[in-house]
Amino acid sequence: MEFITQPWAWYVAGPIIAIIMFLLYYFGERFGVSSNLETFCSIGGAGRFVDYFKIDWKQNSWNLIFVAGGITGGFIASQWLSPSNAVAINPQTIQDLADIGIQNAGASYLPDEIFSIETMLTLKGFLILLVAGVMVGFGARWAGGCTSGHAIVGLSNLELPSLISVVGFFIGGLVMTWLILPLLF
Amino acid sequence: MKYIKFFLVGILFGIVMSKAEIISWFRIYEMFKFQSFHMYGIIGSAVVLGMISMFLFRKKMVKTFEGNEIHVPPKKGGLYRNLLGGILFGLGWALAGACPGPMFVLIGHGVVSILVVIFGATLGAFLYGTFKNKLPH
Repeated sequence: MEFITQPWAWYVAGPIIAIIMFLLYYFGERFGVSSNLETFCSIGGAGRFVDYFKIDWKQNSWNLIFVAGGITGGFIASQWLSPSNAVAINPQTIQDLADIGIQNAGASYLPDEIFSIETMLTLKGFLILLVAGVMVGFGARWAGGCTSGHAIVGLSNLELPSLISVVGFFIGGLVMTWLILPLLF
Repeated sequence: MKYIKFFLVGILFGIVMSKAEIISWFRIYEMFKFQSFHMYGIIGSAVVLGMISMFLFRKKMVKTFEGNEIHVPPKKGGLYRNLLGGILFGLGWALAGACPGPMFVLIGHGVVSILVVIFGATLGAFLYGTFKNKLPH
């Protein structure tokens, strides 16, 4: 049981993700999480305003079920499989975060400076969460995929568009991490 | 009942995202600081094994459980679409510390504030659909 409850190494997690992708194709579907965001829009009636969302979303039901499973898996992990939420990140990372105003890095999964309820209820905190989400959703649909669809499936399938997208993911991620985050807190 | 298999695979997804700490904002920050191999190892090993899967699909050595050929549709080309969309996604990924999969998994961990991020991501998808024709692709 200790094998399960301790944090899983990359060489355990990577192959399991590959198996998840394999199973979704074996079941006749595909691996891509961000397309669910468009499905949400369609369910919410966005098709009345924008033709792009006029799709028969029921054909994507399987993906919504997959996401529901993901939420359930997160719940199971948090309730029964994780004695500690501490994340053993590099001590240098902890120091770097303290320098830009994020304390207790690695003490739990998420920094309170972004995700605590108190922060969420401030204007700045709310906007950071909202804008981060907008960029993820807008960017993923513009690029035609997120980490699952481009970085895992697309690269596995030797797709040039996915390689370009992943390069873009890293340009954006590096700019945020090295240049913008130090200004925010 | 045909959906239960997707639910079970989703549970496995949620557990591996949690147990490998992929849902941790700190792991994403650490990755973009090049201070750990963890995330690179995860994505790299998934891609290497994924390549083998794709090879088996392409050579028709593996079919769906119903016996149909597995066709993985090609991604849409276009430098602007992929590069600019990718950069925007990357900015959000590093700020939220979560890409779309982990966002949902974090709901299961009881993280209320992630709902704001998911709302934002849905709004972002809506805005893309609305302004799609005005954007370079």
